[in-house]
Amino acid sequence: MKSPVLIAVVVVVVALLAYGLYQGLVVAPTEQTMGDVQRIFYYHVPSAWTAFLLFFTNLIASVWYLIKRTSAADAVAVTTAEVGVVFCTVVLITGPIWARPVWGIWWTWDTRLTSTLVLWLVYVSYLMLRRFSAGGQTPVLAATLAIFGFAVVPFVFLSIWFFRTQHPQPVIGGGGSIDPAMWRAVLWNWLAFSAFAGLLCWLRYNLERKQRDLEETLALEALMENAGDRK
Amino acid sequence: MSAPVALSEMQERQATASPAPTTWKVATASLFKDLRLEWRSKDAINSMIFFALLVVVIFSFSFDPTAEESRQIAGGLIWVAFLFATIVALNQTWAREIRNQVLDAYRASPAPPNALFISKALGNFLFVTVLEAVMTPLFMIFYNLKILGSPYLLLLVALLGTWALVVNGTFFAAISLRTRSREVMLPLILFPISIPALLAMVEATKIVLTGESAAKFWIVLLAVYDLVFTVVCLTLFETVLNAE
Repeated sequence: MKSPVLIAVVVVVVALLAYGLYQGLVVAPTEQTMGDVQRIFYYHVPSAWTAFLLFFTNLIASVWYLIKRTSAADAVAVTTAEVGVVFCTVVLITGPIWARPVWGIWWTWDTRLTSTLVLWLVYVSYLMLRRFSAGGQTPVLAATLAIFGFAVVPFVFLSIWFFRTQHPQPVIGGGGSIDPAMWRAVLWNWLAFSAFAGLLCWLRYNLERKQRDLEETLALEALMENAGDRK
Repeated sequence: MSAPVALSEMQERQATASPAPTTWKVATASLFKDLRLEWRSKDAINSMIFFALLVVVIFSFSFDPTAEESRQIAGGLIWVAFLFATIVALNQTWAREIRNQVLDAYRASPAPPNALFISKALGNFLFVTVLEAVMTPLFMIFYNLKILGSPYLLLLVALLGTWALVVNGTFFAAISLRTRSREVMLPLILFPISIPALLAMVEATKIVLTGESAAKFWIVLLAVYDLVFTVVCLTLFETVLNAE
């Protein structure tokens, strides 16, 4: 695995993450009312975007698997779901850390918070289904669940939006002027996080493929041994 | 080891038999078979009703059921009780078809897969509706409730909500059938997907019970949810049934 390409990619990703950190902690100005705690947004928002991108990739890979039944599509699906859950967890942890000093509460059942939580629950259940189902059926069952998970997202958003309209609007995208340096920090970090997620997915994907090859080889060997015994 | 023989026999018979039966015929035949079995054994309905009763009694110890606020939370309590009881029925949905490889025989037959799904979903819908018809009056008595809104709306919410739980539940029961520890798996995959439907049912029930505002948004949301997921289930059921 220690190919020069991999080493180059790791170096680039680390450099991007470091530059993103620099942009977020040093270059971006301190927010007027919230102070330095607002800087967690440079991790929070890019993680959320990355997680949603990964979940969307999971949906496409799942549909692709159901149409073409290729092992590679399923490997992409499991990889993106796992890495997506990790990034979604980061979102759910950094959110309350920010909310406690700013809103005075750790958690509120606001539309975006609750939708993200439900999305996280859906994908954790997806991973549990993969863990619990046996053998060759796993990809098909998981792919159908991924489609259900995607179909439910608009309902979650609509229902909770109607349920809790009185809650504070998110800072970014909620109107008002934002310093361009802050936007730059968000975008740089998004690039860095996406690259980092891509690297993780690549490694995880290779691992998954190797694991499958190994399983196939072992099954073949067992078959051949059985055939040898019979002679 | 008799299954392969039975299968090949069936296939031979199919070769000479009349063309594939229609979805409607197979669905009603399968539904009436399930209803007759249930009528004779009463396994599902008895365990569901007793389970829901236990949940309602245990809830009444956790909250003060006679307080005026209980009207506010009653919608949530009743649906959580029904949800748990529904899981009991759903887990038994496919158990019968696993014994003696009935499901495998069904897959080998020319009967349309969706007919099986429709009959199972309708069967569960009837069981849960009976449960609700028995438990709702009891719940009203235990929690001293009066419907301040329109009772017809409550009926509509109950029908739409039950279908929302049952259509996805029947599908996910077919998925969890193929996993280890299947009874545990079903709620783990069903609950996250059911969250918006459950929220809509609870809110609509609360609105009808308190008579405070209009429940239109929630009822429309439930109806659209039912429609979308019925279509998704019917589209994907064949894939899951034939998953190898």
